[in-house]
Amino acid sequence: MSGLNALWQAILVLVGGGAIGFLYKGLDRKLAARLQGRIGPPLRQPVLDVVKLLLKENVVPRTAVPWLFQAAPFLAFVAAVTALLYLPVGPLSPVLHGYGDLVLVLYLLAIPALAMALGGLASGSPYAVVGAQREIVMMMSYEFPLAIAAVGIAWRLSTLGIGPSFSLATIAANPLWGSVGPLGWIGLSLLFAALLAVTPAELSKIPFDIPEAETEIAGGLLVEYSGVNLALFYLADVIKTLVIAGLVVALFIPYGIAAPLGIAGIGGKILDILFFLVKLFVVIFVAVTVIRVSFARLKVDQVARFYLLPTTLISLAGLLLLVLDKVVMGG
Amino acid sequence: MREARLGPEEMAEKKREKTCSTCFEVPIGPVHPALKEGIRFTFWVEGEKIKKVDIRPGFMHRGIEFMGTKRNLVQLIYLAERICGICSVSHPLALVQAVEEAAGIEVPPRAQYIRVIIGELERIHSHLLWAGVAAHELGFDTLLHYVWKIREPVLDLLEDITGNRIDYAIPIYGGVRRDIPPEKYPKLKDALRYYRSLVEDLLNFFLRDPSIEARTRNIGILTREEADALCAVGPTARASGLRKDVRQDWPYFTYPDLQVRALTPEDMGLGVRGDVYDRIMVRLLEVSQSIQIIERCLEEMPDGEITSVPKVAALLAQLKKAEGEGIGRHEAPRGEVFHYIRLEADKEAPVVWKVKAPTYSNLMSWFPMFKDQEIADIPIVAASIDPCICCMDRVHIVRGEREEVVWKEELLRLSWEKTKRVASRVTRHAPWGRKG
Repeated sequence: MSGLNALWQAILVLVGGGAIGFLYKGLDRKLAARLQGRIGPPLRQPVLDVVKLLLKENVVPRTAVPWLFQAAPFLAFVAAVTALLYLPVGPLSPVLHGYGDLVLVLYLLAIPALAMALGGLASGSPYAVVGAQREIVMMMSYEFPLAIAAVGIAWRLSTLGIGPSFSLATIAANPLWGSVGPLGWIGLSLLFAALLAVTPAELSKIPFDIPEAETEIAGGLLVEYSGVNLALFYLADVIKTLVIAGLVVALFIPYGIAAPLGIAGIGGKILDILFFLVKLFVVIFVAVTVIRVSFARLKVDQVARFYLLPTTLISLAGLLLLVLDKVVMGG
Repeated sequence: MREARLGPEEMAEKKREKTCSTCFEVPIGPVHPALKEGIRFTFWVEGEKIKKVDIRPGFMHRGIEFMGTKRNLVQLIYLAERICGICSVSHPLALVQAVEEAAGIEVPPRAQYIRVIIGELERIHSHLLWAGVAAHELGFDTLLHYVWKIREPVLDLLEDITGNRIDYAIPIYGGVRRDIPPEKYPKLKDALRYYRSLVEDLLNFFLRDPSIEARTRNIGILTREEADALCAVGPTARASGLRKDVRQDWPYFTYPDLQVRALTPEDMGLGVRGDVYDRIMVRLLEVSQSIQIIERCLEEMPDGEITSVPKVAALLAQLKKAEGEGIGRHEAPRGEVFHYIRLEADKEAPVVWKVKAPTYSNLMSWFPMFKDQEIADIPIVAASIDPCICCMDRVHIVRGEREEVVWKEELLRLSWEKTKRVASRVTRHAPWGRKG
């Protein structure tokens, strides 16, 4: 792959990803509103929000640490965008294929949250400090089940002799569901459930929106941010939503429909990309939109307990079942 | 007594004394998304745990009592109606009772029933409004939108009966200003049937939802003893197991016939814990209690006059001759509303008018409730007494640029001074004794 080619692909993925991200954000808001019995904003509202934010003054509070406060939004945005480049889009390999794997994506996904916590701590607002503490506690709770789910799949792939097993392209190209036995099926389902449970927390959405908690700490981490900086955090959130959903799809539902339908060539690729986008939407709708209209906001200790006990246990059980499956199948 | 009044430096010093060394100060208010009106909380927290709390009211003080003494008594009703937008009939209902007692005006039975009906309809819409706010404070916006949607029919009904969604302008001395004609009964009954069918849903949504239960069970506990000692009123007191309700304890209007009983969580067959969950429960139970009361009123309401003095000019003339004092109490949705009035002959305006809104009595129950709770609990605990800051604020001290806080001794002295000032306006038969 030539450098120029990669550049073009990257631009295409970023522009396309941005557009899809905005569309899904708009759909999320519209559908959440319909589920709540409201009319909801027009689909283009997220774009309007960002445009307006970009036109607004960028205030840096007097009590803030200016460079850290200003750097955090860029860090979050760049990390989210980079993670997008590691994502297999349907039948296509990731743009940065070969330059990093699943573990890197997991780290990249953690950076926006860390950047928000840093920015919050640097802003000097007591609300943001409380938000930052909550963000860190929440991250420490959900990262473990997330890592177990990712590692479990990669490990099972490696036992099947498929490699490089941590590469997202390999994982997406070799769905595990077909190659494991019944125990593995249950194990994979448990890991899938754990990953879906982690999704809303990764994205700080109700019931896990405690770092922002509007009625409690008035926006928490974001309380002092305005203008371009806030727009960057917003964009990072839009892209990160896509990345997480893309990760769920790549790990657990990487199937295409072109091959079963017998459509080959460029038409089949386009069909698979569209199908990939539909899968992304379904994941976002189920794990974000529906969840966030169905619950009240939990407290930080309840969130930590939820991830450290049931979710971790479920993912560990999933991993254990995959191991047992390997023993039974003799893979 | 200069030292009793503190400036910013002394205040900071005093605050430091009260806090623990490892605590972090979190100010909430006077403007904050968790608060619907201006009041300032200062929390000293350790991690997420609240160690100390201080409350600073006064931002919403409007001097309504003073304005009231510049108006004639009929105009006073309109002012009383605007003390609170949500309990907008509760204040006039207490006021008319006070004036009727002072002036010795009789009220025909039908008017009594209409007053009760409007008062109970108001309770339904106020409790539903509160339930929506509580859901929002918990981050459960779906429930907020649902509850506020089902609140609309009762507002429409009130508009149909009285002409206004809020501020109904219904009570007048000696009766009510508008009848509920029998052709409107079916509409009322329809609305009641609608709400009766929803009560079970509401109880389900609020009390059997795991995430709401996780956020409200054993949160913001006010024990029965504390509620009693701090003179909590209304649902706040009842949720702590105190069977305290003006409609039960000092029945007025037609409440003696209706045999209203104060509801506590025990009526749901559950033990009393005095937490936020119980306060949600009591309010939802009261919605269904209000439906029953209105239904009985519609059945029993006799025909007849709706006011004993139909002509306003005659009423004003009669009130101008009146001499004496009266108190009026009404069980508003948030608790007891208390009005005191003193009338003198040949004076159109009341000489003294004193209003006590329910939040004034409930304010102190915040202190035991907030103790050892977490930051995340602040919005729902603050909302759980259904605070109405505007109605409650009594005083705001501003001297130039300097913000001051008046402590207890100084406040007591200022209150005595004010009583003397008020007493000097009272020319005859003043119980405080100043003559001529």
